[in-house]
Amino acid sequence: MSFTLKKLSLATLAITALSSPFIVLADDETIKVGVLHSLSGTMAISETTLKDTVLMMIDEQNKKGGVMGKQLEAVVVDPASDWPLFAEKTRELLAQEKVDVIFGCWTSVSRKSVLPVLEELNGLLFYPVQYEGEESSKNVFYTGAAPNQQAIPAVDYLADELEVERWVLAGTDYVYPRTTNKILESYLKAKGVADEDIMINYTPFGHSDWQSIVADIKKFGSEGKKTAVVSTINGDANVPFYKELGNQGISAEDIPVVAFSVGEEELAGIDTAPLVGHLAAWNYFQSVESDENEAFIDAWHAFIGDEERVTNDPMEATVIGFNMWTQAVEKAGTTDVDAVVDAMIGIETPNMTGGTATMLKNHHLTKPVLIGEIQDDGQFEVVWETDGEVPGDAWSDFLEGSKDIISDWTDPVRCGNYNTVTKTCSGQNY
Amino acid sequence: MRPVLANEQHRHGSRALGFLVALCLLLTMSAAVYAQQSPGPLDEAYQLLISKSLKDKQKAVTLIAESGDPISEPLLRTLMEGDLYYEEAAQRFVAGERRGKEYALRALSDGSELGTVPRKAVSKVRTNNAVRKQIREVLATLTLKSADPDVRLRAVNELIDANNDNLGAVMRPLLETENNAKVSAALQTGIALSELQHGEAQQRLEAIDSLSGSLNQTVRNTLRRIADNESEAPELRTAAADALQSIAGRIEFYGHLETLFFGLSLGSVLVLAAIGLAITFGVMGVINMAHGELIMLGAYTTYLIQQAMPGATGWSLLLAIPAAFMVSGAVGILIERGIIRFLYGRPLETLLATFGVSLILQQLVRTLISPQNVPVSNPSWMSGSWQINSVLSLTYNRLYIFIFCLIVFTALYLILRKTRLGLQVRAVSQNRAMARAMGVRSARVDAMTFGLGAGIAGVAGVALSQLTNVGPNLGQAYIIDSFMVVVFGGVGNLFGTLVAGLSLGVANKVMEPWAGAVLAKILVLVFIILFIQKRPRGLFPQKGRAAGN
Repeated sequence: MSFTLKKLSLATLAITALSSPFIVLADDETIKVGVLHSLSGTMAISETTLKDTVLMMIDEQNKKGGVMGKQLEAVVVDPASDWPLFAEKTRELLAQEKVDVIFGCWTSVSRKSVLPVLEELNGLLFYPVQYEGEESSKNVFYTGAAPNQQAIPAVDYLADELEVERWVLAGTDYVYPRTTNKILESYLKAKGVADEDIMINYTPFGHSDWQSIVADIKKFGSEGKKTAVVSTINGDANVPFYKELGNQGISAEDIPVVAFSVGEEELAGIDTAPLVGHLAAWNYFQSVESDENEAFIDAWHAFIGDEERVTNDPMEATVIGFNMWTQAVEKAGTTDVDAVVDAMIGIETPNMTGGTATMLKNHHLTKPVLIGEIQDDGQFEVVWETDGEVPGDAWSDFLEGSKDIISDWTDPVRCGNYNTVTKTCSGQNY
Repeated sequence: MRPVLANEQHRHGSRALGFLVALCLLLTMSAAVYAQQSPGPLDEAYQLLISKSLKDKQKAVTLIAESGDPISEPLLRTLMEGDLYYEEAAQRFVAGERRGKEYALRALSDGSELGTVPRKAVSKVRTNNAVRKQIREVLATLTLKSADPDVRLRAVNELIDANNDNLGAVMRPLLETENNAKVSAALQTGIALSELQHGEAQQRLEAIDSLSGSLNQTVRNTLRRIADNESEAPELRTAAADALQSIAGRIEFYGHLETLFFGLSLGSVLVLAAIGLAITFGVMGVINMAHGELIMLGAYTTYLIQQAMPGATGWSLLLAIPAAFMVSGAVGILIERGIIRFLYGRPLETLLATFGVSLILQQLVRTLISPQNVPVSNPSWMSGSWQINSVLSLTYNRLYIFIFCLIVFTALYLILRKTRLGLQVRAVSQNRAMARAMGVRSARVDAMTFGLGAGIAGVAGVALSQLTNVGPNLGQAYIIDSFMVVVFGGVGNLFGTLVAGLSLGVANKVMEPWAGAVLAKILVLVFIILFIQKRPRGLFPQKGRAAGN
């Protein structure tokens, strides 16, 4: 036994010794791009698409001659929807594979698990999903929406265009819905909405028995004031929720539901009949007509080999992040993280809705906000959009405690958590 | 170029149908010729309809409604249902239905088939909530004189909800000719509502009087507005407040009924999920962790049958019940013969082995079908709700599943009590050695019993496919609940499972409004733990010899 073990370790040593000079060699010739998306487990449904998007972008970039004349090389790992494993895989990517940049994460909890490793090993992460804000790390670029680029404009739309006066804030019970609803609640109260006109409800992941909650919403909405549901319900619990709404006879015309986690990918393959007319707020819809979007959809269909595959908002955010990173590397002339991070700020790239995305000092983007109505083919009809792009705000202006905090990664502040009143950096890194 | 309606192009096929049809054709043709000569209001509407602007579409709907053309009703209805397409090449509007990569087209006027075209040949006329709401109101006015009393009732209620100023004027003439009691009552509510808002002081008081029993939402809100409005006459305000009071009492009563129904419905789901386990765990004493996956297999069987029989959702669902029983039952017998029979009397090993089986079954489904949830559609008689009055409605899917649960329970009870197999099952579970001595082939009985329990789990899967997502993880969501119900009800007692499931469902739903969904579940769990401490054998413990081991 010990003999075999010894032999095994010897062999491993030999292999490592043989392969390490090869890695060094490869380092000189290619730029390594880490892809940290779950390819198995509950989040695989959403995240696999983003892995494919990064691979497609790398493929296209290499055809254009790569970055700084070097080819890009993808290093794909599978954190398996397991939050601690995200941290381990990040360490593997940064310490062993020595990748120059990572594209990855979906849920906020996975991002939070990765952060300490990124800060310790000075890695670089592009995070492409809408999130609750209240964070800004030097090592992360947030290319999805902050709450003021999705939730707040959606509420404005409901209040101004649909004259909604009563609000149901329904969400899945975890950090993103709870923080978002906290922000929305204080925003609504600041707008003069009374306590009794706000109903807040949390349900567990995968909740399927919506009878009493939907009946409550119906009752809440039957008191003469126009009512809407702001939904941060995540994942497959949405299907029975909308079904129950339909069965209890609540149509989108009576009580519209605006969702922040329901996109084209989530609607693909489900029976959309009970969802028609309900709303979603995103920064991109597949149905938007622009040259960039058409080119992107065609390229995606060609790459994946399936005309039926849809595109969605986090995919756009991934593409924007990728394009910005390649530009920043060219601008900095190196893949060194500190140099690239500085070069990133102020970089502009066209988004897919006909505008321009600019990277701000707080590592967030400028984004247009679109409200779409679900159609029965699983696509969205845009019914409202902001004039131009909205700059992302890392720290919400509507939360006690984060009102005075800003994030600014340029001189002289260089802090992700800077209090403008006391003029101090909190010392917290993110 | 001008868009033309589908039926105009469709005249050749019907030429042989004799003089009458020819006459109709002549009329259609002359209409078409007329339309070509001078652009009528409809042509303008059609142009607006294909515009991208939703404001233009609203204008189009108004124009179409005002035209009075017979095409306007099917056109608007198709548009509201989201099936209206514009065929670019033929420049006409058609009703379309997606079939894979193609669209099957139908003429708007008579629904006749127009063949299929590739996806790019047609473009969908998109709508939004504002347009659909407008169409709904327009259609309500168009259908007020429909021959079907249900359609009339819906139209009247639609108009009451809209609560326009001309409500009374529209409804009064209708009331004189109305012969259906329900529609008459709705019309009277509408007229009273109109008088309440626009009538003289005395009329308004009388209106409040006649409305005091109404559960209609618009009525309630109007009354509330009057009661809260300080500029109204005091006696009017008191009358309105009193009426609201009596309405609130009725609403509360119906609210309790509704909660009870919700609880029974949740309970019936629990019973369905647990009742198979009540046999394998309760009667045989096997801890089967793969029970949830047997439910999942039943749900997937429903999905596969639905795929094999497109367009016959209702029949496929009925067919899925025996099919799911066979599939899950067969897998159950396989598990029993292949694994569990070697492990009788070793509960820990059984638990681990069946847990392994559950993982294998999940992965099997992921690999063979899809790692994502699959869509199982509801037949039309399973969607919607039975509207008892404006505040109480029971959703059909829940109602049917409650009934279904009772049927399954009765069937199982009869099998165990009245058949030879049932007798043998009970004999083996009470005293295996004695049963064998009496000539019962206990090994065969074990396999059949396990198969029966597994088959029932499959049938539960058919029911669950109508309520929740069908995916590889479906079973996991129900395994804990199932064990909870069986243990609470008393191991080995089928009747206990029924009572336990239904009462846990009701308890959960009674607590949910004030505790929230998460906390209600926790409270139920804590209660069961405490209960088991006091009565380890559950609600209905086995008595006498049966409780021997």
